[in-house]
Amino acid sequence: MSGVGRGGMVEQSVITGRGSRKRVSAETTTISQQEDEDSGTDVGEGADDWAQSKATIRPPDQLDLTDAELKEEITRILTANNPHAPHNIVRFSFKEGTYKLIGFVNQLAVHYSHIGNLIPKDSDEGRRQHYQDELVTGSQESARLVFSDTENLEEEEEIKEGDAEAESQIDIPAAEASEKVIEEELMTPKQPKESKLTNQFNFSERASQTINNPLRDRECQMEPPPRANFSATANQWEIYDAYMEELEKQEKTKEKEKTKTPVAKKMGTMAMRKMTSLESQSDDITKVMQAAKIVERMVNQNTYDDVAQDFKYYEDAADEYRDQEGTLLPLWKFQTDKAKRLAVTALSWNPKYKDLFAVGHGSYDFMKQSRGMLLLYSMKNPSFPEYAFSSDSGIMCLDMHMDHPYLVVVGHYDGNVAVYNLKKPHSQPIFRSSAKSGKHTDPVWQVKWQKDDMDNNLNFFSVSSDGRIVSWTLVKSELVHTDVIKLKVEGSTLEGPEGLQLFTVGCGTAFDFHREIDYMFLVGTEEGKIYKCSKSYSSQFLDTYDAHNMAVDAVSWNPYHSKVFISCSSDWTVKIWDHTVKTPMFIYDLNSAVGDVAWAPYSSTVFAAVSTNGKTHVFDLSINKYEAICNQPVVAKKKNKITHVQFNPVHPIIIVGDDRGHVTCLKLSPNLRKMPKEKKGQEVQKGPAVEIAKLDKLLNLVREVKPKT
Amino acid sequence: MGEAEGKKDEADYKRLQTFPLVRHSDMPEEMRVETMELCVTACEKFSNNNESAAKMIKETMDKKFGSSWHVVIGEGFGFEIIHEVKNLLYLYFGGTLAVCMWKCS
Repeated sequence: MSGVGRGGMVEQSVITGRGSRKRVSAETTTISQQEDEDSGTDVGEGADDWAQSKATIRPPDQLDLTDAELKEEITRILTANNPHAPHNIVRFSFKEGTYKLIGFVNQLAVHYSHIGNLIPKDSDEGRRQHYQDELVTGSQESARLVFSDTENLEEEEEIKEGDAEAESQIDIPAAEASEKVIEEELMTPKQPKESKLTNQFNFSERASQTINNPLRDRECQMEPPPRANFSATANQWEIYDAYMEELEKQEKTKEKEKTKTPVAKKMGTMAMRKMTSLESQSDDITKVMQAAKIVERMVNQNTYDDVAQDFKYYEDAADEYRDQEGTLLPLWKFQTDKAKRLAVTALSWNPKYKDLFAVGHGSYDFMKQSRGMLLLYSMKNPSFPEYAFSSDSGIMCLDMHMDHPYLVVVGHYDGNVAVYNLKKPHSQPIFRSSAKSGKHTDPVWQVKWQKDDMDNNLNFFSVSSDGRIVSWTLVKSELVHTDVIKLKVEGSTLEGPEGLQLFTVGCGTAFDFHREIDYMFLVGTEEGKIYKCSKSYSSQFLDTYDAHNMAVDAVSWNPYHSKVFISCSSDWTVKIWDHTVKTPMFIYDLNSAVGDVAWAPYSSTVFAAVSTNGKTHVFDLSINKYEAICNQPVVAKKKNKITHVQFNPVHPIIIVGDDRGHVTCLKLSPNLRKMPKEKKGQEVQKGPAVEIAKLDKLLNLVREVKPKT
Repeated sequence: MGEAEGKKDEADYKRLQTFPLVRHSDMPEEMRVETMELCVTACEKFSNNNESAAKMIKETMDKKFGSSWHVVIGEGFGFEIIHEVKNLLYLYFGGTLAVCMWKCS
């Protein structure tokens, strides 16, 4: 088999009789010679050389074979099988899942391949390209004919060549091509020029990019919401306690709503006067106020340091040498600008706080009546009052309640009475009488708290120049008054028209209630009489004493002896009485109108009297029955009249008020507060019994004397 | 006699005291009132399950007033917390329960 293709693959199947390569190659060269006429002459000569030279050149790697072997004929069959192709290819079949022997193995062996760009002339692309070429060449008018001529010539030549060369070729395409060329030639003169058609579907994109704004990072951190710590414990007992507290609070509020009177205040804690004003305010101010108060007191103490020392420790050593005489050591002086022109009209020590005392300011002068003031001083702070209340009308008297030391009742010159509550340091009294509620028509000279009545309402008595003794009761938010007694002047009852009994009303100027016998009290009048009255009898007096020639300024029961009382008057005298006896036991003439007299709380025989000449007299009956053991001018200027005096219940001091608004505090020297001498071997009895006995002794002496004289 | 009566009163009060007793609060008034009512509702609804009550309170508070509320309900516990100012309520309820709620994100 042999097949020779032009330019294609060379298939060789050469039957060779001898295993000699030379011969094979020679044959191939002869074949090639046939095809390529132009070339190969050299090759042919070479083959001839090889064929001519019989003396073979042995290649070095030629096999040495014997002649016998050389003559041996080996038949070799050349097949079209690719010797390199494997005989048994096994492929994995996914369908069957096993390796399968492939029967047909591709025997094709590719020796040379080249990718060409030949396009068949009669295809679309071929025709198109040819047409375009024709257009390009035919576009030039001047050279067209020349070109066409040349083209014709060329094409004819080409055609000839093509025909000549390609005998073995397929003639049809060549003929067609030539026909086409002819056609195109004909066409080109007719259509001179065709505009180049632009591709309608091949649009170009236009894009542009504007400059993007540059990006910038912005961060912001807010302040986190403020935080706070909190810790607590939740236990059953804490919860319980809290609920109990809440209950109590609720109860308190309920009670407060029910009763607004001071009775309700009883239920609450007895607030210390120092704390009351502070609690109601906000915490900050409270703290500052407290501190300021303390500091103020410290400053005062430092300023008056010597005075404080005296008050506490000084005992007049000279008293040892002064036989039966004593002195009064001046300590502090209390005064305020506000009350400078006002006379001291009332003094009272606070029953609970021994260093607090109340001063009432007003005026005794009938013509010069102005406002009044109620000041409360503490001995710890002599420069400024603790509490200050002002009123329109002068205060004539005051009293502090025994059980409720924050309640102060005052009587005014205009006849009104008012009750102040120190817990509420406003200027306004909590209760005030008025013309409607039965105020006095004349100045109220004395007021005194009484024990609570059966309804637990607070009540007090007042005595006034209009002759009425009135009992006032604090009911809820009002003052209710009850006339207890009208002071009728005896012997002045007249028969008026229609059978009315007219009488002259005496003017009460002082009164005092018995300490033990509740219903009994004494009233001193402007006429100089003292009436012993009872709360239960409103029309009659129990007794009458012709005490003085002028108005009775003060009456006071002896703190120990239940029968003895003392009275003083503007007729310069001080008289001591036994209420069973119509005549006084002791009479003392002080050479000046006596403003006030007071018993000492520590002894039944000691009392002090102040007179308008500025002197204070202290008497001790057990030492000297007829004279004062101390007779001392107390105020700076002689013009000052002393108006009141009070003993401090605890400390050995007295306060003295004058008509200039000053209050002086004096210490009693030891002689003035002498206790009965201790007899050796005998037990000294202390207490009221002793005092009573002491006084009894004196009285007996007097009584015995009296009948004699 | 008086003591027994007192005890009885206390027990009565405790039982009656389903009103919430605010122990500590720094919330504004309206917020506090609203929150208290919510607490009462929740505690009464889930009277035997503190967790559900706390859950209900916490979720409602988150919706109403913003995220990250914490609620603790119990009968005996101590705590120390940091809270956002004006967002703390600590109250007792029903005589035995204590409820503490605070906001902190």
